[in-house]
Amino acid sequence: MTLFYVFAVVAILASLLVIGQRNPIYSVLLLIASFGALSGLYVLLDAPFAAVIQIIVYAGAIMVLFLFVVMLLNAPHEDTEYDERVHPLFRPGPMRFGAALAVALLAELVWAVNKGGGEAGQFAGGSVASVGAIGRSLFTEYAFPFEVTSILILVAMVGAVVLARHEKGA
Amino acid sequence: MVTLNHYLVLSAVLFAIGTAGVFVRRNLITILLSIEIMLNAVNLTFVAFGRYAADVNGQIIVFFVMTVAAAEAAVGLALVIALFRNRESLNPDAFTSLKW
Repeated sequence: MTLFYVFAVVAILASLLVIGQRNPIYSVLLLIASFGALSGLYVLLDAPFAAVIQIIVYAGAIMVLFLFVVMLLNAPHEDTEYDERVHPLFRPGPMRFGAALAVALLAELVWAVNKGGGEAGQFAGGSVASVGAIGRSLFTEYAFPFEVTSILILVAMVGAVVLARHEKGA
Repeated sequence: MVTLNHYLVLSAVLFAIGTAGVFVRRNLITILLSIEIMLNAVNLTFVAFGRYAADVNGQIIVFFVMTVAAAEAAVGLALVIALFRNRESLNPDAFTSLKW
């Protein structure tokens, strides 16, 4: 109960700070904190497999890739036509539309959740923590999507190499 | 007692934060990070519903979402590097060659 609120507050605060930072490096590091909190929530949800791959794959691999690119490009600050002294979240123009859209989306989602909920949302008693069951399901029922995923990763890898390659005279 | 609704509301908040990030920020890397926030909000929904239905399929979908997110991040960041090499900028407003 308490743990849920601790992790939820950490996740929300870290995510808010991610989109509030001027320096992308801080954004990436804060997003790793947010992923850590989400991993704790997965543990509370009886899903250790999801929690572990959240840390290993997301925080470990994908965020390091982001961090690597941020450092490679060495462009820490946002260059805009807007006033640099104004915080990015309070700048004028089309961004107000985006903020309003996000608030409207949040209101709609919370309304929809409350509409369907009540006390009906109690969790069932059964355990879903078995990594063995997940593995068996992945290699039998989901064998084809699993193999398609490997092709997707291969295509992404080749695509990334081709896109980021420095062409002579281009 | 923490119910399914608590997790769904938290997920909705995170998704809205991600949406706001995509629209508010003018930095390609932060926009990609906001997309990751949205993907994670959806992952939380999947795991919560999987727990609710006592079904491992929720976690399997999370596994697939994560692999797709990894592929998306790799290709997206390669595009960012290529764009930065051409324009010396990470501002999406600088890439308007296709604008009519």
